[in-house]
Amino acid sequence: MLSALLVMAGIAIVLGAVLGFSAVKFRVEGSPLVDKIDAILPQTQCGQCGYPGCRPYATAIAAGEADINRCPPGGEEGIHKLADLLGVEFKPFGGGTVLKPKSVAFIDENLCIGCTLCFQACPVDAIAGAAKQMHTIITSECTGCELCVAPCPVDCISMKLIGENIANWKWKYPVYTLAQAK
Amino acid sequence: MGAFFSPFISKPDTVSRIMLKVLLALLPGIALYAWHFGPAILASITLASLTALGTEALMLRLRNRPVMHFLSDNSALLTGWLLALSIPPLAPWWLVVVGTAFCIAIAKHLYGGLGNNPFNPAMIGYAVLIISFPAQMTHWLAPHGLGLVEPDFLEQLKYIFIGALPPNVTLDAVTLATPLDTLKTRLHLDESVGQILRMPIYGRLAGQGSEMVSLGFLLGGLYLLAARIITWHIPVAFLGTLFATAGIFHLADPAHYAAPLFHWFSGAAMLGAFFILTDPITSPTTNKGKLIFAAGAGLLTYLIRSLGSFPDGVAFATLLMNICVPLITLYTQPPVFGKKGKP
Amino acid sequence: MRTLHQFNGGIHPPDNKAQSTQRSIARAPLPSKLIIPFRQHAGEAAKPIVRAGDHVLKGQLIGMPVGSISSAVHAPTSGTIAAIAVQPIAHPSGLPDLCATLIPDGKEEWIPHAAVDHRNSDPAELRQHLRMSGVVGLGGAVFPSDIKLRPGNQKIKTLILNGAECEPYITCDDMLMRERAAEIVQGAAMLCFMLEAGEVLIGIEDNKPQAIAAMQRAVADSGLPFEVVAVPTIYPGGSAKQLIRVLTGLEVPSGKLPTDIGVQCFNVATSYSVYRALAHGEPLLSRIITITGNVRQAQNFEVLLGTPVQDLVALGEALPDTDRYIMGGPMMGLPLSSTAIPLAKASNCIIAVSDKLFPPAPPALPCIRCSRCAQACPADLQPMDLFWFAQSREFDKAQQFSLFDCIECGACSYVCPSHIPLVQYYQFAKSEIRAHGHDQQAADHARERHEFREYRFEREKQEKAERLAAREQAAKQAQPAVPSINPADTMQQKIQAAIARAREQAAASKPKNTENFTAQQQAEIAEIEARRAHIHELAKSADEPSKE
Repeated sequence: MLSALLVMAGIAIVLGAVLGFSAVKFRVEGSPLVDKIDAILPQTQCGQCGYPGCRPYATAIAAGEADINRCPPGGEEGIHKLADLLGVEFKPFGGGTVLKPKSVAFIDENLCIGCTLCFQACPVDAIAGAAKQMHTIITSECTGCELCVAPCPVDCISMKLIGENIANWKWKYPVYTLAQAK
Repeated sequence: MGAFFSPFISKPDTVSRIMLKVLLALLPGIALYAWHFGPAILASITLASLTALGTEALMLRLRNRPVMHFLSDNSALLTGWLLALSIPPLAPWWLVVVGTAFCIAIAKHLYGGLGNNPFNPAMIGYAVLIISFPAQMTHWLAPHGLGLVEPDFLEQLKYIFIGALPPNVTLDAVTLATPLDTLKTRLHLDESVGQILRMPIYGRLAGQGSEMVSLGFLLGGLYLLAARIITWHIPVAFLGTLFATAGIFHLADPAHYAAPLFHWFSGAAMLGAFFILTDPITSPTTNKGKLIFAAGAGLLTYLIRSLGSFPDGVAFATLLMNICVPLITLYTQPPVFGKKGKP
Repeated sequence: MRTLHQFNGGIHPPDNKAQSTQRSIARAPLPSKLIIPFRQHAGEAAKPIVRAGDHVLKGQLIGMPVGSISSAVHAPTSGTIAAIAVQPIAHPSGLPDLCATLIPDGKEEWIPHAAVDHRNSDPAELRQHLRMSGVVGLGGAVFPSDIKLRPGNQKIKTLILNGAECEPYITCDDMLMRERAAEIVQGAAMLCFMLEAGEVLIGIEDNKPQAIAAMQRAVADSGLPFEVVAVPTIYPGGSAKQLIRVLTGLEVPSGKLPTDIGVQCFNVATSYSVYRALAHGEPLLSRIITITGNVRQAQNFEVLLGTPVQDLVALGEALPDTDRYIMGGPMMGLPLSSTAIPLAKASNCIIAVSDKLFPPAPPALPCIRCSRCAQACPADLQPMDLFWFAQSREFDKAQQFSLFDCIECGACSYVCPSHIPLVQYYQFAKSEIRAHGHDQQAADHARERHEFREYRFEREKQEKAERLAAREQAAKQAQPAVPSINPADTMQQKIQAAIARAREQAAASKPKNTENFTAQQQAEIAEIEARRAHIHELAKSADEPSKE
């Protein structure tokens, strides 16, 4: 009886040591969870999730404080990816969320007074301008977050839809009829 | 008007035509079956066909799919025929109906319909029946001249549908154990293979009558090969492995293990090699994968027949290998053009 | 005898080429209107350098190449530019693109043009000449040919001329080889010279015996050591990668170019265009196009680029039961939404279609994994697996199974007994993956900018804090024991002085020209105000993205 106990204990200690050693020696450095979540988020930095940017939202999700369905620019696809990464259930957008199509800002140069409030608000520095100088949107950098629209005192910023053109057109999922509906 | 997609020309072959050719290939075997064992098999097949089509139509309606479009692809019909050929012709009508309905409704439609099932539906049906109703699954007919009493077609039909036997005739008088079943039971009674094979139930190679039926299926299978409906990989690998394994055991101990040709022509070996294992939906898509799949099935069939408790192992061997198909397909991907030998 | 190799798969659809090879190439008459797209090639669209109302000569440059992968666009005939506007073009999306509408004046007045001595010119200059002549690959990919002539890191051992033309119905290359073999061979000589190629092979499918004979005669007459090779007729044997394998036994590695294995491949029509551009100074203004199918007169025509499809259809005399048209062949062609769209450098064939000619495909059944598609695939892929992944939108798995090695030839769909439109699934999957890649790049870029911005704020805050600390230090050191003036008074005085200064400045800089306008000034002001109002209206209602 005693010998059996000793043998079992000995095996347990040896295996435990092997496991502990492997955990340290063969450790695989994965990127921290926050980075992984941030890589999925669309980086619009719009604040619609309630956090001041994508990184704070990613941190909140990793800490378990925020739900995964708070990001409209990421779409349902983004929620699915977050659900897959975290191993949680997919959750659709809440009732009040408005999914807007991709757009870019446009400054009407006749109305702009050069007050600089818009580019102070832009999270990705997509507005070029200086005090009392004309401001303009750098379209290629604009993420469509709409944070610049509200601060403008003369309401000169509007959002223009990015329509489909030959350059950004995508093939559609093939649809074909199986039988004539009666 | 349907969508207009390139390419605008195509080979005129369709799924229903392919299935029809497979059904035609089964005819020689069925004809020989009816010749040697009586026409009861035709009743089974008809019953199975009707049930299959009916169940399929019902399931399609329940799943909101266009019924005629899918019904006309003949795949349900084929499943029904294969199941009918795997179970005894004297099986009661409800056995055929339950088995076929299970095949179509559960083993095919609950997985998503045509093309989505991982297991061969006919074999699932057979497995369910043999485990749930083992007694009724032994009511095999005797070949002509070997049974004590030979009921005629009307009497057979009466038994199938009403369960009434002719007066003064017991079930034992009408049915006979299959050649494989007889072999297994007698081997357990310590008789040697040589002794057993001298019984009148056995013909030149295997069971009388059933060896001819297997030959019929072999001919049908060769037609399928010639018509390029199946490739050689599965039949050759299955029959080859079965032959090799049987050969090894037979050479080691001829008294307890039957010859390879016996195994080829008994049970569902030929049916399995050409019609059951070659089901494209449940077999690997790569040629190497097909060889591995069929070889595994051949080995398992032999092991179940000789060392297992069931007389014939084709059905369970098929189902066991069906489980491995996704893994086999993944690991046998052929090299891609321009990727230097790597998939 | 050269040993030919094989590629796996391939199909043998009926040729249907005899209908359109009965007559020689005819010159299409001048159409009443030409619509010339500025994007007729792979890469960036050309930039218009003419305006509506300009008169242009035949061969005059009207579109300047933009960026490194681009080509020039020219006026195919002399006439007046009626408009530079967005018009429908032949594109699978059906979306329109910028085009120049040219009304011919019938005079066909050429711009002055001259030959270029390719043997005594700088290779870079020759490439620039080809770029400015609008020479692009006429086999269908319309890739700018000058880029394919750039020296790579490998020496070009073999130059292949692709005369295979494997798709049914199309015969434009066949007829070009029969009638203009000498020029094609001369063009090949120029290409060989520019690439410093070791050998030249001209691959022609063996269902074109007359073309093979004509090319052999031309090669013999030229005295050049080129070899005309008859390759077995199989679809898609004319695909560049497959033809290279057949002729040389080499496989172009996945994701790489033929030049990486010392081979380059040009279509015979491209070779012809190179000859015309260098030996005659003629830019690419026309091409041979087959009109065939449900027509009375199936034939090949030499058509000016920009000719509307309906003109060609009228020449071929489409039969009354024709209900749609395909641009290209029956395997990879594009269904046309209207016949008003123009023919461009990529158009090689127009097929008039009726239900009798191309019966509509039966409705698709689910995939039964019969693997006939895998047997037919020339790229050794597993099309049914790619179909399952595309259908379930598992794009990562699709990429793992080499989705981007698919050449979209359609052989898999051709043999599929379930008649599933496989190629469309792959196009959808590739599109989604590419779009996702762009989105990822844009997101990463936005993240970088955002992080830099945060860093910049931190940096400014820190610098401000340092400056403040330094100033306090300096102030503490520089401040001697001063008689204590009431700080509040000093403050008040400073404020008053500042206010007085500001008032003076305001008075001094008041604009002096806001009253007493002259009549002319008033008129100018009114015009400016009107224009401002108009732009304001436009800004409110416009759909265009903002200017940069």
